[in-house]
Amino acid sequence: MQIEPLKSKYGQLLRDFYTQLRAIHIDQLERKWITITVIVIGLFVGIITIDAFFHGINPPSKVETVDSATLHLNKEFAEDNLGVQVNNSGGITIRMVAGRYSFFPKHISVPAETKLTFRWVSMDVLHGVHIPMTNMSTMIVPGYVAEITTTFPKPGEYPVLCNEYCGLGHNHMWSNISVIAKEDWTAPVKLPAKGGSNNE
Amino acid sequence: MNDAAERKLALSHLWVAFIAFIVACFMGEYQVLERSGFIPALDSPSVYFASVSTHGVLMAFVLTIFFIMGFGYYIAATSLQQPVWNKPLAWGAFWLALAGVVMAAVPLLTGKASVLYTFYPPIVAHAAFYIGATLLVVGSWVWCVIMLVMFIQWKKANPGQPVPLAMFATAMNAMLWLWTSAGVAVEVLFQLIPWSLGWMDAIDPGLARTLFAWTLHPIVYFWLIPAYTAFYVFVPKQAGGFVFSDEMARLTFILLAVFALPIGFHHLYMDPEQARGWKLLHGIGTFVVALPTLVTGFSVIASLEIAGRLRGGKGLFGWIGSLPWTNTMVLSVILSLLMLIFGGFGGIVNASYAMNAMIHNTAWVPGHFHLIFAGTTVIMYFAIAYYFWPLLVKKPLFSNPMALVQLWTWFIGMSILTTPWHVLGLLGQPRRISTVVYNNLLTLSWKPYELMMILGGLILLGSACLFIYNLAKTQLNPAAEAFEQQIEYAETVTPVESLPEWLNDFKLWNKVIAVLMAISFGYPILQFFFMDTSGSSPWGF
Ligand code: HEM
Ligand SMILES: [Cu+2]
Ligand SMILES: [Cu+2]
Repeated sequence: MQIEPLKSKYGQLLRDFYTQLRAIHIDQLERKWITITVIVIGLFVGIITIDAFFHGINPPSKVETVDSATLHLNKEFAEDNLGVQVNNSGGITIRMVAGRYSFFPKHISVPAETKLTFRWVSMDVLHGVHIPMTNMSTMIVPGYVAEITTTFPKPGEYPVLCNEYCGLGHNHMWSNISVIAKEDWTAPVKLPAKGGSNNE
Repeated sequence: MNDAAERKLALSHLWVAFIAFIVACFMGEYQVLERSGFIPALDSPSVYFASVSTHGVLMAFVLTIFFIMGFGYYIAATSLQQPVWNKPLAWGAFWLALAGVVMAAVPLLTGKASVLYTFYPPIVAHAAFYIGATLLVVGSWVWCVIMLVMFIQWKKANPGQPVPLAMFATAMNAMLWLWTSAGVAVEVLFQLIPWSLGWMDAIDPGLARTLFAWTLHPIVYFWLIPAYTAFYVFVPKQAGGFVFSDEMARLTFILLAVFALPIGFHHLYMDPEQARGWKLLHGIGTFVVALPTLVTGFSVIASLEIAGRLRGGKGLFGWIGSLPWTNTMVLSVILSLLMLIFGGFGGIVNASYAMNAMIHNTAWVPGHFHLIFAGTTVIMYFAIAYYFWPLLVKKPLFSNPMALVQLWTWFIGMSILTTPWHVLGLLGQPRRISTVVYNNLLTLSWKPYELMMILGGLILLGSACLFIYNLAKTQLNPAAEAFEQQIEYAETVTPVESLPEWLNDFKLWNKVIAVLMAISFGYPILQFFFMDTSGSSPWGF
């Protein structure tokens, strides 16, 4: 394939485009304004990108599938495995099922100031979950595991609310979470999940 | 040119739009009342969600699509000085779209389509809802074709000449809408309709949400472009000034259309079915699309300043006082910009990739879009209506003072409605709930804000009634004398004689859009065909 003719053709096109762009009527003040806005937008984009790449600040985005219709047959999300579990490595994983109209288990206790990994699945339709005043927020889409890692700074009683319309009983879809001071919290007596985070 | 046929066409579309609007406003006020729990007798989730679904569809799809079609026909006819191409086809599209609305309204009003205007599967509505919505969109596609044909015909007849700015923006919007609606059209035609009719057992809600997100962002620019068009082509003249720069205006519309499209994943930030890299890419694009809006804000303020100074305003801010505040178009643009500033600030919070977690799907979100859509955008629809009605019915406006009161009350009502709505979101109230049953201390703090919203809604409802009354009276008034006023398009500071082809045509931009869409949606859509997913069967609500 001939690269050169293509290169000169597109080079010429770009040069023409640039000259025409420069010929646009544009006021001095407007030019300054555009420069400022480009800088401000660049700043925002820069902050977000740096946070994402270097501080790991990202929304929940683990593309992991699960069969929502057969959760009861699924080892990881079987009833016994739900709720708070301390893994072998000492990390805390919380497995929750959303179904019309509650989150299961209906009440959990977790330690404050500790990294928590939530794994949410739906057994029926689309739900969303938010713990107000915290960034524990994710959509729960049937067919996918919504995994999110967060830390609660302040102990207290928090509601866990469904925030996506899921049917006429949507208002009633909520449960509770107690965030307990780190030193007062004791792990629930349970065996670590056999299924692990991989449910294949 | 005798444009009686064009005027009738535009007027019919605009009436459908505004009738949908007033009906939905009554529903809006009912909703704020019901959700406050103030009147226990009203309490009913099934009525509430039927109402919110209908209110959302009427406002987001019926008001907007019919308004934009009517606006487009009249802009095309007057700016090109040409009759609308193929009027029988245009009327066919009108009736088709109207039939679609009626077909969707039946299940909506009887509680068989309480799936909200976003109809996220796997809850399923009666098939008539999806089919009706499709007919509405097909009607709007016919409008797009008519706009683009008129654009191309005019260019052929006037080689080398710049297409009038108003028509350039309108044709751009038609093109934008064809790209925009493709996502939801694929979702409805290949997933929802066959699935709701039982021809398919299961569909993937992740794919459905991805396709919906394709549409969900650019659709707001489709709604907004008539408002921006008025900013550039009507406001300067009404204020007594000039358009700042014709080329910059075109560039703005191009940037809006090109960058509005590939960024829909900011609606999926909190979703598990898309990976973070794609979300970040769309997140960056979301900030880029703020640029044309900021440029528009500047141009509008600059053209107002020119006008204010020409009218004798002095000093740094003196020109603001000397603007014609009693001109409906000028007053609307000022109030619209004020709401845009506050709404834009909220938008930055929403757009911020990680900050979004705080407010995602909370009451903040309807607070935000009522401010920027029902506020910024719709107040310009009012301004356009006040400007067009006398031209369309050939009679003077029934009452200018009433129109000014109406615009002010819309602004005040919107501020009273949306400020507490934002606060409720920060206090953690979810959107789309009909009552508060969470037995928790936090929810006690929500009450006073909900009461304030009732007041805001009441003011808005009164304002909406004044609007309709004024338009109806204008039309029904016996004509006193011949009404000679013509539509006036603003002139530019430096008139343009010739333009580079890429500022006068969409060919290049269609290619750019195709490439950007392939990059930003190609893999995210294709992944559903490689992944081992299990679909969802339909669920009632
Ligand atoms: C009288 C004025 C209005 C009032 C009191 C009002 C009130 C409401 C309320 C209470 C909701 C339900 C929100 C929820 O359940 O979270 C809602 C939804 C909605 N409103 Fe309005 N509204 C008004 C005017 C408008 C206007 C003028 C527009 C746009 C042009 C609009 C667009 C929407 C949309 C698209 C939804 C659907 C939101 C969803 O499904 O989550 N509204 N409105
Ligand atoms: Cu739910
Ligand atoms: Cu968006």
